[in-house]
Amino acid sequence: MSARTGIAWSAAGAVAAILLAALWAFPLLWALSTSLRPELETVSNQFHWLPRHWTVDAYTRTLGAGNVVRWLVNSFVVALGVTVLTMAISLMAAYAFSQLRFRGRGLLFGVAMLGFLLPFEALLVPLFRTMNQLGLINSYAGIILPQVVSPVVIYVFKQFFDAIPADFREAAVIDGAGPLRVLWSVYLPVSGNIVWAMAIVTFIAAWNNFLWPFIIVTSNDMMTIPLGLTQTYDAFGVRYAQLMAAALLGAFPVALAYVAFQRRVTQGFLAASGLKG
Amino acid sequence: MQGSDFAPTSARRENIPALMLLAPFVIAFLLFFAVPAVETLWLSMTDSSLTRTNAFAGLDNYRLLLNDPSFWDSVGNTFYFAVLTVVPLTALGLLMALLVNHFVKAQAWLQGVFFLPFVLPISVMTLIADWMLQPSTGVVNHLLGGQRAWLADPHWALPAVAIGTVWWTVGFNLLLFLAGLRNIPQDLYEAAALDGARGFTLFRAITWPALRPVATTAVILQLIASLKVFGQTYILTSGGPFNTTRVTLHYMYETAFTQSDAGYAAAIAMAFVAIVILLSLLQAWIVRWLAGRDG
Repeated sequence: MSARTGIAWSAAGAVAAILLAALWAFPLLWALSTSLRPELETVSNQFHWLPRHWTVDAYTRTLGAGNVVRWLVNSFVVALGVTVLTMAISLMAAYAFSQLRFRGRGLLFGVAMLGFLLPFEALLVPLFRTMNQLGLINSYAGIILPQVVSPVVIYVFKQFFDAIPADFREAAVIDGAGPLRVLWSVYLPVSGNIVWAMAIVTFIAAWNNFLWPFIIVTSNDMMTIPLGLTQTYDAFGVRYAQLMAAALLGAFPVALAYVAFQRRVTQGFLAASGLKG
Repeated sequence: MQGSDFAPTSARRENIPALMLLAPFVIAFLLFFAVPAVETLWLSMTDSSLTRTNAFAGLDNYRLLLNDPSFWDSVGNTFYFAVLTVVPLTALGLLMALLVNHFVKAQAWLQGVFFLPFVLPISVMTLIADWMLQPSTGVVNHLLGGQRAWLADPHWALPAVAIGTVWWTVGFNLLLFLAGLRNIPQDLYEAAALDGARGFTLFRAITWPALRPVATTAVILQLIASLKVFGQTYILTSGGPFNTTRVTLHYMYETAFTQSDAGYAAAIAMAFVAIVILLSLLQAWIVRWLAGRDG
């Protein structure tokens, strides 16, 4: 192959990169452009790429009229609750699986990992029945609790702890520190990166979870943002400037989290997929 | 495992501390995983409703399922959706990873643009897709001409949802392939370049063989993810037009939550689990087979 075909490949690659990037950026940019128009322009026969009259009307109306702020707060509470609980539960379990000797360790770990195989979707019906009996429909606890069992996170943490040299723990144990104390003051400080990565990914996943809140929440006031956004047609009617404003308000917090922690997010998703980050 | 093999404490077991640390997990696991899993199996053999547990019905639900055209239509729609998404998601994910990896200066931007949709809530995607696909005011029809009502057209509804899904989730595959690319030792390329290899030859001789296990993983992960499709079709088309977008989980949801037939819904869930597990095992088998053949 000659140098010239090499350049041709590079040029073709550049064209492909620009086209694909434009294609992938377009929907969000278009939503932005739509959200900055007066509502009348979105139903007009005249097509314009940019607003003729720029206005943030759609945003003020969206924030003022519907329940969007309430849904954002709900999402924040739920995602934070899921993340804190998942991290606490998984760190303790992973530490025990990795570092402690106890009866039935292999069996229990194997059973826990079955969670990889069984899709959450298959458990919806009994979970709903249980939550109904416990009176947890339309409650934060009802939304949060079934999301805190995460075999993947336990697996990732256990792998990480397994790789920490044994003498690390030795000193602390000889000093008489209990397991929780060793986990907290010896293992956690060296696991910062992976814990942050998994925490951010867990937060994003909980923020975006649609299916479970969809099942367990029926009251508009308890909806999270992914669920609430599907109700906006009822709240605003077919007003696309406002709908796009609502969509972008819902997208903003996670988009910001991604941009701020880009590297951690990619590391976390890769670790969760079973491949190294 | 090596962490536990040191002298002072390894002699005696640490049952009590282990129990303490594992208790929250075990309780949550039992309540929200193990018990519901067994309950799904049990419910599938009863004619229970959403709030009452009724009499044992043996395999009646499964017998019904085998002869239920609505169920098989939903399975067909689900697999059609999987076909529509898995191939483009894998191919585009690979292409994007190659581009991100190649254009070093634009790397952060390219990766950001391709990956961002993946972190957004599903309803952001569906709201924007719905707006873009509007028959008379949508930008897609403006560009393509015509007044097609994409989401109300039996031939186009599911492909349209699939395209939205590709936009939304391709970022994950991009990450998988990018990680695969970065694991390839650079000196392989240098050695091949010395031999005069360039461009596509390098890709065929080095990149693709190294990425094949990643591609297999991506295909199967994607296949399973696609089989779990529900939100997109539910929000965008509610299963219509004429049930052409009613997927298996949607059928399960309707059976359980609109018809309150928990027993039958549980049977659908069990059939769904069987399909997913079969495909997971198939993945493990293919990966091992590929590794054995190459190694």
